[in-house]
Amino acid sequence: MRKIRTYQDVTHETGSGLLEQVVDQQHRLADRLATVRSVVAVASGKGGVGKSAITANLAVALLARGLAVGAADADLNGPSLGRMLGVSEARLADRPTGVEPAQSPSGVRVISMEFLQQEEDAPLRWREPGMGGFIWQSTLETGVLREFLGDVEWGELDVLLVDVPPGTDKIKRLLDLVPELDQMLLVTTPSEVARFVVSKSVRMAREATVKTVALISNMASHTCPECGHVSELFTGDGAKRLEKASGVPVWAEIPFDPRFGAATDSGTPLVITDPDARSSQTIFALADRVEEHLS
Amino acid sequence: MKFLCLDCDTVMEFAERQIPGDGTLAAVFKCRSCDREMAMLTNPMETQLVSSMGVKIGGREVPTQPMELARTSLEGGRNDAFVLSEDIPLASGESPIRGEAAAGRIVWTSEATGRLERVPSFVRGMVKRIYTDWAREKGVSEITPENMDRARAELGLEGM
Repeated sequence: MRKIRTYQDVTHETGSGLLEQVVDQQHRLADRLATVRSVVAVASGKGGVGKSAITANLAVALLARGLAVGAADADLNGPSLGRMLGVSEARLADRPTGVEPAQSPSGVRVISMEFLQQEEDAPLRWREPGMGGFIWQSTLETGVLREFLGDVEWGELDVLLVDVPPGTDKIKRLLDLVPELDQMLLVTTPSEVARFVVSKSVRMAREATVKTVALISNMASHTCPECGHVSELFTGDGAKRLEKASGVPVWAEIPFDPRFGAATDSGTPLVITDPDARSSQTIFALADRVEEHLS
Repeated sequence: MKFLCLDCDTVMEFAERQIPGDGTLAAVFKCRSCDREMAMLTNPMETQLVSSMGVKIGGREVPTQPMELARTSLEGGRNDAFVLSEDIPLASGESPIRGEAAAGRIVWTSEATGRLERVPSFVRGMVKRIYTDWAREKGVSEITPENMDRARAELGLEGM
């Protein structure tokens, strides 16, 4: 059998320019994020644990601490961050150097797929071809996320929060784009199933180069508005068990409060509508922890 | 991806790209030793995989535009999602400055403007900028439909 040189053997480039373009993309992203002090991911791996509502409230709480805050909605298929921050109808200024983010009434700079879609109930769909989406869809969506981070004129930011959709693959996608992630806040609940799923994300974050990893236990308890009795919504103590097993600290235990969701549904986070609520106070304390640990 | 001319044991170099408009792509590579040419033909899925990376085989004729991948790939993009920065009304209430024409440098004729307006608004700002940059680079002071055709041919723009 004849010996054919391998790809690695052949050092001469073909002139197709593909590698150079990929490197350019990486430089473009790095240049853009050079004015951002810290990128902080709010992730989980598990769906339905309240990542987006926590991101919206945390963004406003950090803003209240005097920080310049941006928020990127990495959930391309189920965007909600713009709506929760009250900017779902935003138009984006189109400049040669980048797209200017929307600005929430509270002052958070936001980008979300919601701003780009014509119909409110339209599922995310990409152009041709109709078949074989499993081959290219992840590549394309990673590229669009790269544009959300790198083509938006964030300006000088102290914190850029990234609301990461469910699935450890989505966390990996972000880590591929931003390997120097400053903090990853992993949202879980006391439930055993949530602990099981989020433990995979904890492992992924710890194996990566994320500087600070912390847990947020959402819906940790419920206080009866009539009698003040505190009860548990979940029978487990998943967040505590995860903390003990992994050594990743729980930074916040956010009590369940129906107003928390209602406020973000209306586009004004609870930390604005009722800053004295226990949930709001927990978010403010979380913001302090985040600020303390900024690079 | 590299192509090796087995007769010469030489890497073939990119020579030409053709996009017929049916979702497929042809990229020609040539051996610099024996001048043998070969064409790589990709089906729509393979073409999409490459374009999903936000890259073009053979390199780019125009610089990457902000959010180009999202704008050119999204189905059902919002008509008014993007507003050209020069079209944003000034806070003082002054009339908005409309692009280079206001600065007296590059003027769009009404026919060219009409043609631009047929471009979906989701990508119109990006397309306008590409033509304007081309005109500036070529020293063209007036953008006409003929100049738009020339730019399309020179820049290899498809569907713009």
